[in-house]
Amino acid sequence: MELIDRTAYELLDLQRRGEATAEEIVQAFCNAVATRDPLIRAFLHFDRDTALEQARAIDLKRRAGQPLGRLAGIPVAIKDVLCTRGVPTTCASKILRNFVPPYDAHVIARLKEEDAVLFGKTNMDEFAMGSSTENSAYQITRNPWDLERIPGGSSGGSAAAVAACEVPLALGSDTGGSIRQPASLCGIVGLKPTYGRVSRFGLVAFASSLDQIGPFAHDVRDTALLTEVIAGHDPRDSTSVDRPVPPYVAKLDEPVRPLTVGVAREHFAEGLDADVERCIRQAIEVFRCLGAEVREIRLPHSDFAVAVYYLVATAEASSNLARYDGVHYGYRAERYDSMIHMYSRTRGEGFGKEVKRRIMLGTYALSSGYYEAYYLKALKVRRLIKEDFDRAFAECDVVLGPTSPTAAFRVGEKIDNPLAMYLSDIYTISCNLAGIAGISVPCGFTKQGLPVGLQILAPPFAEEKLLRVARMYERETDWHLRRAPWPPRGSPAGNGHTAAGT
Amino acid sequence: MALTEDQVRWVAHLARLEFAPEEIELFTAQLSQIVDYVNQLQKLDTEKVEPLAHCLPISNVFRPDEVQPSLTVDEALANAPDRRGAYYGVPAVLD
Amino acid sequence: MSALPYEVVIGLEVHVQLLTKSKLFCGCRNEFGLPPNSATCPVCIGMPGVLPVMNREAFELALKAALALNCEIAPFTKWDRKNYYYPDLPKNYQISQYDLPFSRNGWLEIDTAAGPKKIGLIRVHLEEDAGKMLHDETGQGRDSLVDLNRAGTPLLEIVTRPDMNSPEEARLFLEEIRLLLRELKVSDCEMQEGSLRVDANVNIHIPQADGGFVATPIVEVKNLNSFRAVEKAMAYEAQRQYEEYQQTGKKLGEVPKATAGWDETLGMTVVQRRKEEASDYRYFPEPDLVPVVVDEAWRERIRASLGELPAARRCRFQNQYGLSVYDARVIISQGLAFADYFEELASLVGDAKVAANWCTNQVLQVLNERQWTIAEFPLRPSQLAELLEQVRKYRINPQRARDVFMRMIQTGTSAEVLVRQMGLDVTFDIEQLRQLVRQAIANNPKALADVRSGKAKAIDALVGPVMRATQGKAPTDVVRQLLQEELQKA
Ligand SMILES: [Mg+2]
Ligand SMILES: [Zn+2]
Repeated sequence: MELIDRTAYELLDLQRRGEATAEEIVQAFCNAVATRDPLIRAFLHFDRDTALEQARAIDLKRRAGQPLGRLAGIPVAIKDVLCTRGVPTTCASKILRNFVPPYDAHVIARLKEEDAVLFGKTNMDEFAMGSSTENSAYQITRNPWDLERIPGGSSGGSAAAVAACEVPLALGSDTGGSIRQPASLCGIVGLKPTYGRVSRFGLVAFASSLDQIGPFAHDVRDTALLTEVIAGHDPRDSTSVDRPVPPYVAKLDEPVRPLTVGVAREHFAEGLDADVERCIRQAIEVFRCLGAEVREIRLPHSDFAVAVYYLVATAEASSNLARYDGVHYGYRAERYDSMIHMYSRTRGEGFGKEVKRRIMLGTYALSSGYYEAYYLKALKVRRLIKEDFDRAFAECDVVLGPTSPTAAFRVGEKIDNPLAMYLSDIYTISCNLAGIAGISVPCGFTKQGLPVGLQILAPPFAEEKLLRVARMYERETDWHLRRAPWPPRGSPAGNGHTAAGT
Repeated sequence: MALTEDQVRWVAHLARLEFAPEEIELFTAQLSQIVDYVNQLQKLDTEKVEPLAHCLPISNVFRPDEVQPSLTVDEALANAPDRRGAYYGVPAVLD
Repeated sequence: MSALPYEVVIGLEVHVQLLTKSKLFCGCRNEFGLPPNSATCPVCIGMPGVLPVMNREAFELALKAALALNCEIAPFTKWDRKNYYYPDLPKNYQISQYDLPFSRNGWLEIDTAAGPKKIGLIRVHLEEDAGKMLHDETGQGRDSLVDLNRAGTPLLEIVTRPDMNSPEEARLFLEEIRLLLRELKVSDCEMQEGSLRVDANVNIHIPQADGGFVATPIVEVKNLNSFRAVEKAMAYEAQRQYEEYQQTGKKLGEVPKATAGWDETLGMTVVQRRKEEASDYRYFPEPDLVPVVVDEAWRERIRASLGELPAARRCRFQNQYGLSVYDARVIISQGLAFADYFEELASLVGDAKVAANWCTNQVLQVLNERQWTIAEFPLRPSQLAELLEQVRKYRINPQRARDVFMRMIQTGTSAEVLVRQMGLDVTFDIEQLRQLVRQAIANNPKALADVRSGKAKAIDALVGPVMRATQGKAPTDVVRQLLQEELQKA
């Protein structure tokens, strides 16, 4: 097995046993980026020399017998929505093309404290708005399982980088499914922690009441490890909850017994791909075989989740993105004839279509005369959605279902139909609205060989249970051991498919 | 419920977004479609439901009144598109 | 009381900056007059991804102010975003309070010529301030400059009911609120530095023959740079509205609300715009902050920390010391330290009226002349009390007491020493002199009768005999003083 196919946990082990140095590991992944990323296009910013420098510093520390962090020598890719001191942070937007933050996000500081190797900034849908990573001002990222297809989004760059073995771990952000959906579509694990579990300090806001940062990894153990590192209280984020972080990794292999899993009828609605449904039903059977009680539950307001989400998230976004105006930082239009014109031209030119569409929708939802009918109404239905989950979790430990109604779709397939794109988040959105925890784990492939993800949802701050349940499933299956073939399908050197031109 | 182009222009003004005329047309159509979709919420009776702006059951988060180091003027203005000495420059604003 | 053919109606919107060390949501210094953009950080510049965390001291100062302003404190309060674009507002939204301000329904009492009057307060809320713009003053339309030092500093917004019915009342309200907030160390309320800012909503009620009245459209007057300006602007604007009504006949509700600026040099309000198109601030709950719950214990702890407020102290000075309304007001309006000075002096001297007299006359005059605060005044109450004691014991000619007072300030020497040095000491035994005075009264029953019947001049007839008896050594003013005292008793 090559170094780049390994999990972070294995790579830590290799270093401990002296079988690989951090430098060798980082070098291997740098090589993978060099050979693979021209096709995958996961990275927006990659600095090989700095990465190798960090690796050598860690090797020195190890040789000197100094204590090392929990992620010593492990490369971690960062979604470009997270601020990195002295390193460009663009949110895949033209409007932040030259922005260099003078501060690190809290999670970046945590990674540094644990001796992780910061391994480049990954592509995304502009300002995390999208489900395909096609809304990037810079490039389109490809799904490593099929280059003609999207990797999902908005954290598509991070998911694709891990799936293509360009990096073992990555961070993303999840506002309506932006970690779980690309994890599902790329055949890896992605976790959205409970709202308040991970500090949002330094996460460029899309929808502040929904955004959370979370990990991507090949398996549940690595996911637990990275979650453990980034979770915890941060006084710089008022919404970061001051609760101890349980030892997720140490408890991981303790099965949850007795276990009741809920399955919601609403998660098997019209529009669910038959292959996806088959994989999910099989996964439920695995749990039944593990002795879990499978209980049918109702989440009666889930049908409204997409509507609620696209009002609440866009309303918050319309305000969060008001600051990009060409005054204090970022892009400014070249020609304008007044202050107000400078604003509107800068923003008109600096934002992409989808971002503008959402700012418009959110502005409309908050504007006088529509506030009650849209924004306030959405907040009320949001409560109903949360109460659905309160009831569900009163009778079961976790809720199982598909992460995405379909496997990865083709590049360009939905780009001109915003509503169709929005509906691809139908199963992930409620989790953010209710502020609970969710994970997507690989659970099979479609007939076309595209990965399918199983979504497991757990009550607020039940990450430990969520990870243990996910691990129970993972132990019984080997989906997490699969790696996307290289050269990939759809590549010139691959199995005959050709990469779609753009 | 379809939006009119005038409404879209007004919202674009509120949001400080400049659009070409054909974009106004496209956005009017797309936003109308989305607004139609979200109108399904009106079916729900929410008269007795309290809005939920935030899922967290926490309150009273404060920091102590302590001075922390600020950025230097150069650091603060490093990203400014139009730095003027120690200031940010903007087109003339009429009060 | 007013000879005007209308009644003025004024409501004020007052913004005061809170005296915290750091800003409302970040650790940058909250200080006036720093070099431009030297007190900013990613949070107050509104850089991407940063988050606000509320300053506890700012919230407690706000609570303090609201309690002192007799407001109801909301048990649950939250913050909202007020969205509008302006270059001094880096996030293009202001974190403010919309539907659930932390306090409402208060009042503040002012002393008007017609007696005390309560001015109602609609709400008091806590929000962040914006930065400052430097506009091109040449009128050539050159670019503007932005300084964000003030951005994100804590600001208290106080909105009154339209309860003030004259420009003077508006001024009195502002004086009173400034006094209160200064005493509480909530704000230094310096209009020149912008730590107190006022906008005024004004219109007039014109009585009609049927006993009702006509209300004119409300105008919001801005750019009020001093209390004097508020008073002048209100008077001007009221008269302007009266004249406009005479010409146009337009009433409240018939035209959109207008905004006017006060032009200090022209001495007039200039109507800037009619708000045809209402601004749409798109308020919604600030998702980056959590609500604040104020329980009874917290509220009462803050209330207990208020101490005696100026209005209560003014009242006590009248009751406890028998001061006139005027003296009490003058002393209290000088601030906490001055009132403390007075109280200490009064207790040392044992005669509050004498103490009040000295404080409001000699002491205040020196403070004004030398631009001193009472803390900078060189005489401690004990030193001044010593001088007054000399006067009381007739050891010094009261007419010369002011000279001694001035020398004490110059030299720091004690009153007793100075009186001797200056040769001002009265060498007579006071009891012996009093004996002579009594003798003189007994010897002249006619003079006594004259004095009693109101002929004050008759006292002169008694001065001569006493002076002769002392061979002219007694100071006449002391003799007169004693004569007055003894005549009262006789
Ligand atoms: Mg205000
Ligand atoms: Zn700051």
